[in-house]
Parts: sequence; C-alpha cells; structure tokens
Amino acid sequence: MDATELMVFLFFFALVTVLGFVAAHWQRGDLSLLDEWGLAGRRFGTIISWFLIGGDLYTAYTFIAVPALMFGAGATGFFAVPYTIIVYPFIFVVIPRLWAVARKHGYITGADFIRGRYDSHGLALALAVTGILATMPYIALQLVGMQAVLQAMGLAGSTGLMKDLPLIIAFAILALYTYTSGLRAPALVAVVKDLMIYITILAAIFVIPAKLGGFGHIFKAADDALNGATLLAPKGYAPYATLALGSALALFFYPHAITAVLSTKNDRVLKRNAVLLPLYTLLLGFIALLGYMARAAQVDVQGNNQMAVPLLFAQVFPHWFAGFAYAAIVIGALVPAAIMSIAAANLFTRNIYKEYFRPGCTPQEEAQVAKLVSLIVKVGALVFVVGIPLTFAINLQLLGGIWILQTVPMLVVGLYTKWFHRTALLIGWAVGMVLGTYLAWANAFKSSIYAVAGVGGYIGIWALLVNLAVVIVLSFVFHAIRLSNGKDETSPADYVPSSVSA
Amino acid sequence: MSKAWYVLLLLPFIATLFPSLYNSWNPTLFGFPFFYWYQMLWVILSAACTGLVYLAERRTSAARK
Repeated sequence: MDATELMVFLFFFALVTVLGFVAAHWQRGDLSLLDEWGLAGRRFGTIISWFLIGGDLYTAYTFIAVPALMFGAGATGFFAVPYTIIVYPFIFVVIPRLWAVARKHGYITGADFIRGRYDSHGLALALAVTGILATMPYIALQLVGMQAVLQAMGLAGSTGLMKDLPLIIAFAILALYTYTSGLRAPALVAVVKDLMIYITILAAIFVIPAKLGGFGHIFKAADDALNGATLLAPKGYAPYATLALGSALALFFYPHAITAVLSTKNDRVLKRNAVLLPLYTLLLGFIALLGYMARAAQVDVQGNNQMAVPLLFAQVFPHWFAGFAYAAIVIGALVPAAIMSIAAANLFTRNIYKEYFRPGCTPQEEAQVAKLVSLIVKVGALVFVVGIPLTFAINLQLLGGIWILQTVPMLVVGLYTKWFHRTALLIGWAVGMVLGTYLAWANAFKSSIYAVAGVGGYIGIWALLVNLAVVIVLSFVFHAIRLSNGKDETSPADYVPSSVSA
Repeated sequence: MSKAWYVLLLLPFIATLFPSLYNSWNPTLFGFPFFYWYQMLWVILSAACTGLVYLAERRTSAARK
C-alpha cells in the first residue's frame, strides 16, 4: 500500500460521496414521489443524459472484464466494439417510441408498459422478474470490478472480514446517498466519474505505448503471447457476430437502461445521445487494448485475468496517478450499481408490491418502498459477492444477458404492433428462458457460445429465435380461435414523440 | 423526410457483423492491424450515419412547421 496512492484515491472517493448527498438538492423535486426519486422528475437534458446513460452502460466491470478477455482470449474479446457500434442506430429508431408511450401514460418501468399494452398481469410479472433476476448479478459484478482495484492497492486484507471490509464500506456509503438522493445521485457522480475515466484512458493510450515501444510492438507482442489469437479463427466469425448482435439487442432492455432512458426530457435528447454515445465506444476500444498492453508489458496476473488492468496501471504509472485511475474505476462501479439498484427497486415496487400486495398504496408509500428495496438489493448483491464464489456471479451475469434477450419480442415488437398475442408471448418467453438456461448449463457455464448444426452462435440468439418462432405460430393459433388479447390502453399516436409529429 | 435516409442506419450492421470482411492483419495503420482500426473507424462512421439521419429528420420537421 502506497500513501500517495491511497490519499489521492480517498480524496476522489470523498468528493463523489459529498456530491452524492448534495444531489438531493439539485433540480429540486419532491423526493417522496417515485417519479422524482426513481426517474429524477424526467427532466434530464442531452449532456446529463449522455453522462448518465454512458455511466450506466460502460461499467467498472467493462473496464476490468473486456481487457481481461482480450488478455486471455485475444480478438474474441473485441466483440464489445461492434456490439456498442450497432446498438445506437437500433436505439435511435426504437427507443424514442418507448419514451413517448411511457411519458403519455406515466410508465416508470418496462413492465408498466407491458401491462398497459397487453392488459396482462402475467406478462408484466414475467418481465419484472426477468429484469430483477438479470440485474442482481450485474450489480454483483460491479463489486468484482471494485474488488480487483482494492486488491491491487493492497487495501483488501487477505483473510476473513478484512478482505471484504473496504468493499462493504464503499457500498454502505453508496447505499445511503442513493437512498436519500435517488437517480440524481448517480447522474451527478457520473459526470465526475467520466471525466476521470477519460483522463485515465487518454493518459494510458499515450504513456503506455510510449513505454512499450509503440502500438505496432504491442500488437506483435500480444500476438506472440496469444499464439496468433489477435485475429479470429474462421470458426470464430459466427460467435463474434451473434454475440455482438445479441448483446446489442439486449443492452437497452436491461431495467437500468430503461430507467436512464425514461429520465430524459424528450425524444430529441435520446436521438442526440444515439449520435453522441459512440464516443464511449471509441474509448472502449482503447480500454480493450489495455489487455494487449498488459500482455506486452508481461504483467503477471497470477491466474486472475481480472487483475490485468489494475496491475498494468501499477506497473506503468506513478503512484499518484495510479491512485487517480483506481478511484476512477471504483467510482465507475458505483454509478451503474446505483442505477441498477434503483431500477430493480422500481420494478419490484411497481410491478410486484403494488400489483400483488398493496394495490391501493399511496404514491408516498410507493416511493418509500422503492427506497427500502434499493437498499435490500444492494445488501443482496454484497452478500452475493462476499458469500458466493466469483465464478457463480459471472455465470449468472452470462445468463442475465440471455434472459433479457427473451423479453425483446414483447418489448420491441410490442412498440410497433399488437399482433403478437399476449399468451403466445408468455409461452415464447418461458420457452426461451428454459432453453437459454439449459444451453448455458449444457456448456457447464464455460461459454455463451453453443454450436447448432456445426455453427457456433450466442445462446441468447438461439433461444430468441426459438422464442420468436413459438410466439409467431401461437399468435396465429390464438387469433384464429379468437382468444382474448386484452384491452390495449395505448393508441398508435402515443408512440410518436411530439417533436416528430409537430 | 424521405425514408431512404434510414438505409444509412443499416450500414453499420452490414459493415461490422461479417468479420470475414475485416479479419486480417494487413494493412496496418499506426501499428494497428486492419481488424482493429477498421472497427474503430466504424465507431465514427456509424455515429456519422446516425447523425446524418438525425439532421435529415430535423430539417424535415422544421420544414413542416
């Protein structure tokens, strides 16, 4: 443990803690209402949304896991780049429709929309449960990112409680300011976090190659260390493409992404962000290459690839700057963890508690329950990381992506047409969930790629194809036998944002 | 606005989802193998495509007012 490094780290951590609490007073609203606490009053403009959505999607786990994958597996890990390229044109077209209908009807979660569109409690519950299940391990993985950094700093003791204590303290602070400030806290903290991340990465791409003899040498050294895996093998093409496509389709339908989307002021903000968010992808490309830099620098990760980036920083940067970079990564974990816990809390409160336990609850009670649930979710994630083997969290995260993809038919297609029958959607979802989980299990959770007829593809995509087929066939059947498809409370005009029709 | 503009939004999918198009070491650029700089370049091109559609949409909605 180095004193300078630690002081710099603690200074920035303290700074964002203060910001987190101050955020309650920013763009003042009545925080005892869910719209204000959980969506910050739906008032965020282009710039804040850019920081918030960016901070939400490019997480500490990304900064640790993507380079770790490059470090261990080579070119395959770079799929994160096409994935975050194609997501934005898709979002540009689809998401403003969700925003518009949510604003019109006061929807706070994706499940609110499903319930209104299909008049189906079962389908809304399926979506809410999927969202909560997929979010929990995701939060846990933010902690994994933090833990790698704390370990590199020598802050985490080697045994028992001391091993986890710094993590617990950081998380307790996060839990308190999320409780008091709601979505405003991660939004404000995201600004500081991103400035720090940008500074860190800019320094890394100038300083590290200079020390290692240039990018040409880095690629060459990585290629030697990885036995040529810095290019794809031809049988890796389909997995690469399907992973990118599947991850892109799923990304904005995670509850935390929907939360960030619905907190924006209007659809213009969303469309501008679809244009501006790729700046993060550019950054992500360089972050991924840190894995190769660690190879070229011959970093010894002692069997844990997650340590590649923190150890590389320790090796090439002076102590004060390493402290700064570590703070950036840890804060980078706090932002998404806060938004995810808020999103899970919104889902639980709106679509489970209010729906099944207290239908007549007051808006104040609703917000109070959401605040408490956001605390419980974080404690749950903490228990997860402290008490359960790390590989289990990573497996569940892998499943999370597969599961979220199974909600794409009801959400995405539902934004365009009501032809898909609600009962068919529910059955298709169940089939997709079971098939996806089974295939991941058949792989012993070692990989998210499964070969069908000799073609390797992302399990989430295979399951989605079967899910869609089931939905289409059954929709024909159910429409033919005139099974009720519920009363749609939305109308076609609700999906067109006012700034487009105006 | 003409629907033709939306074709621009398909280009990034075609350009990046077929790795056989770009899975090669040469030509390199600033030491980056083609595989890497090609995809990084498409980050910018994709943003440009989406940006053009945004501007085209805005022009049409302004013209309608």
